[in-house]
Amino acid sequence: MIKHSMKWGALALALVLPLSAQAHKMWMVPSATNVSGNDPWVTVDAAVSNDLFYPDHMPVALDRVTITAPDGQTAKAENALTGQYRSTFDVHLTQPGTYKIAAVNGGLFANYEVDGQKKRWRGDAADLSKQIPSNAKNVEVSESISRVETFVTNGKPSNGALKPSGKGLELVPVTNVTDLASGEAATFQLLIDGKPASNLKVMAIAGETRYRNAPEEIDVTTDKDGKFNITWPHAGMYWVNASTQDDKSSIKQAKVRRLSYAATLEVLPQ
Amino acid sequence: MRRISLTLPALLLATPAVAADLNVTVQIPQLNVAEYHRPYTAVWVEREDHSVAAQLAVWYAQKESKEGAGTKWLPELRQWWRRGGRELQMPVDGVSGATRPAGDQKLNFHEGKAPLGDLAPGKYDLVVEAARETGGREVVRVPFTWPATAPQQLSGQGSTELGAVKVDLAP
Repeated sequence: MIKHSMKWGALALALVLPLSAQAHKMWMVPSATNVSGNDPWVTVDAAVSNDLFYPDHMPVALDRVTITAPDGQTAKAENALTGQYRSTFDVHLTQPGTYKIAAVNGGLFANYEVDGQKKRWRGDAADLSKQIPSNAKNVEVSESISRVETFVTNGKPSNGALKPSGKGLELVPVTNVTDLASGEAATFQLLIDGKPASNLKVMAIAGETRYRNAPEEIDVTTDKDGKFNITWPHAGMYWVNASTQDDKSSIKQAKVRRLSYAATLEVLPQ
Repeated sequence: MRRISLTLPALLLATPAVAADLNVTVQIPQLNVAEYHRPYTAVWVEREDHSVAAQLAVWYAQKESKEGAGTKWLPELRQWWRRGGRELQMPVDGVSGATRPAGDQKLNFHEGKAPLGDLAPGKYDLVVEAARETGGREVVRVPFTWPATAPQQLSGQGSTELGAVKVDLAP
């Protein structure tokens, strides 16, 4: 059991760290992004790894995963399982329209010193004052909010599940998120706390990184309205990521707030 | 996708003055493969902005199943799906039907009648897309101008999942 708790401790640490502060990428990949028929399902892999999209490091904690149905209600992750390297679950698409599958992680991270020894702590706001000793010096607290998403559409796309929560860094589609094709440009908008995130660097990487030598990153920057364009060079699953930090934490002890967003988007051939 | 070859008919036939016709012949090639399934196929008319002017045909597996027979796999007709297939509720009378065997599949459409309906004068593509289980996918486009002032025979050519696509326009 010690091994088990250590693993989950490490996982929790990975989840509160912003994506930019580590080489590892957190992602979810659905088995299809466009489905049809009387009884459509998709199965989703969720993991943290360097290579896209090969689970080789850590699974995503399933209790972080929220599935939003086209009517805005929460749908259940079915047949959920956490393995050594990945979590997997199914989504039963009982409604027509676009589903959002999100893993949202938030937490506090603190560095401090007690009797000249450096300590680290992670947890949530309720435990912050309890867990850090009163004699601690040089206490530095940061908040982290990260959001990892992917999307699946049953039939005709819809926007009911895509409304931003207004908290942290989020993506709003201009081009539909499940209607992307090679050689075509797509436009999306990034928001911070519901307001346009301007001049933010956005990076897109196609999957199957194991089978090529160059990372082939696509780098773009959001405009004054928080919008960015990507022209997909070829078909595939892409990981689109942005991260930033500010001083707008809702936790008064936290001077820094780290924000990150990542989406897995499928680009189909023409 | 193949460009067209345009041939003006040498014969001038006395055609009665009726509403314009759009006749399409889709050649489904005979394929020598170990596992053959008839291709899912869609035929539609696309405007220059890629919006759909008319859904003419969609052929998919009709055998009933819990998953809704072949409707589960309709998104495999990727272009058709995103250009409007996903807006349709299957089956569509006079449009949807069973998959067709290899050979020339002839389709006749009449202006003012479903599924062609009324086509505004302008430039269009007649688009045929085929996707085959355990096989490939191919799209063939045949550009045309509507209405034709004289009988016209247009054609496009597929290379893998589709053979010749012929479009005959009658004014």
